[in-house]
Amino acid sequence: MKYTEEHEWLRVEGDYVVVGITEHAAAQLGDVVFVELPEVETQVATGDEVVVIESVKAASDILAPVDGEVVEVNDELASNPGLVNEDPTGRAWFFKLKVEDLSVVDQFMDEDEYADLIG
Amino acid sequence: MDLQRLPLHDLHVELGGRMVPFAGWHMPVQFEGVMAEHLHTRRAAGLFDVSHMGQVILRPRTDMAALCAEMEALMPVAAAALPEGRQRYGLLTNAQGGILDDLMFANRGDHLLLVVNAGRAAEDIAHLRAHLGDQVEPVTDRALLALQGPQAEDALARLVPAVMAMRFMDVITADTLFGALWISRSGYTGEDGFEISVPVPGAEGLARALLAMAEVAPIGLGARDSLRLEAGLCLHGHDIDASTTPVEAALSWAIPKSRRGGGFPGAERILAELADGPERLRVGLAPEGRAPMREGTALFAADGTPVGTVTSGGFGPSVGAPVAMGYVAAAHAAPGTPLFGEVRGKRLPVLVAALPFIPASFKR
Repeated sequence: MKYTEEHEWLRVEGDYVVVGITEHAAAQLGDVVFVELPEVETQVATGDEVVVIESVKAASDILAPVDGEVVEVNDELASNPGLVNEDPTGRAWFFKLKVEDLSVVDQFMDEDEYADLIG
Repeated sequence: MDLQRLPLHDLHVELGGRMVPFAGWHMPVQFEGVMAEHLHTRRAAGLFDVSHMGQVILRPRTDMAALCAEMEALMPVAAAALPEGRQRYGLLTNAQGGILDDLMFANRGDHLLLVVNAGRAAEDIAHLRAHLGDQVEPVTDRALLALQGPQAEDALARLVPAVMAMRFMDVITADTLFGALWISRSGYTGEDGFEISVPVPGAEGLARALLAMAEVAPIGLGARDSLRLEAGLCLHGHDIDASTTPVEAALSWAIPKSRRGGGFPGAERILAELADGPERLRVGLAPEGRAPMREGTALFAADGTPVGTVTSGGFGPSVGAPVAMGYVAAAHAAPGTPLFGEVRGKRLPVLVAALPFIPASFKR
């Protein structure tokens, strides 16, 4: 698993990159009550706002960490947004991206580097 | 600007409170989590530190009747008929009928005790001094705690048995180990409960004594906001401000018949709106989907006409769905009216709803 400075995680699964947010980010957001996911087949560019997470407190954006095409979204989050707090690095993935070259994921932080970032 | 620290700052940090700036103060926004704290308050009892709010004594130069008459010249509510040991909701208005602040005021025998909003305290005191002169004494040596929820009475009665006899909006003084407590049966969550003014040296002891009880948990600003939103209560600077009148804000209930002849700032506009109805009205709003409609969300009629704006909105943990309040043109203010709120460029359906979302459980 790799990590961005925006507290997302990326995981290569088969031919795709799966994206979610870290436990640290989920704890900072507080209770998540609504997740707005992108449409399948959306083309996204690095830095695009792809997902909106509404917590009890506020709305936050998830930005696309890499360029790609959304091939699948986690529909379970629509009916059960609380999964983001319960299992942020497991069942609460947000979307899968088809990317040109899977090695694009290597540029991000590993677990130790991310642990240093959040102190 | 330097942030002020609450008398119980260190206790909040010890309890794991996440501290944020609010109205010039370091305030705990949450402890366990907004959702859990909100639901705990509705089910048991929540302890809130509301020491950031302004406590102000008005001590009459001559007698209470004269002081109450002077207060009535500043508020469209009834102060003269307020019996000793009772509290009321008040509104300071400006010459245009706008709401400078909302507040609680209590007749404590030889003085009035006001509790005003943190963000308005300095302006309120200046305003009061301009009209009431040296009768205005800010209270600087007391903390203010709120204990709210269906088990608040059981909890507080272990320390102060006299609270069992209090009705909603009663005020008493109780001499305790923690000093002389000024207790009112009130709060801002829609739940039964108490606000307790405690001398600073006794504040931590009182808070710890309450928190040691099984039903009492510390609650932060986040849940305070979601509780008062579900209860349909206004937050100054958001749902009401100097540009909204009490009639527009659906607070006409606070203006009794005895004051409908005028004699307060903004009477001309406020009385006209009472007679003819306001052009816009504060309403409850129930978004039909799961996306919260937050403050600033623009509201539209079915035909696309802009009809208003959300002034407070979020998720209602007890309702289990998004809830909001806002102002809409009077023609669209009836409960059940279908509207649309623009969220991130999309128009989502929302129904005008009766307030409150969660009925109050005051002990009358």
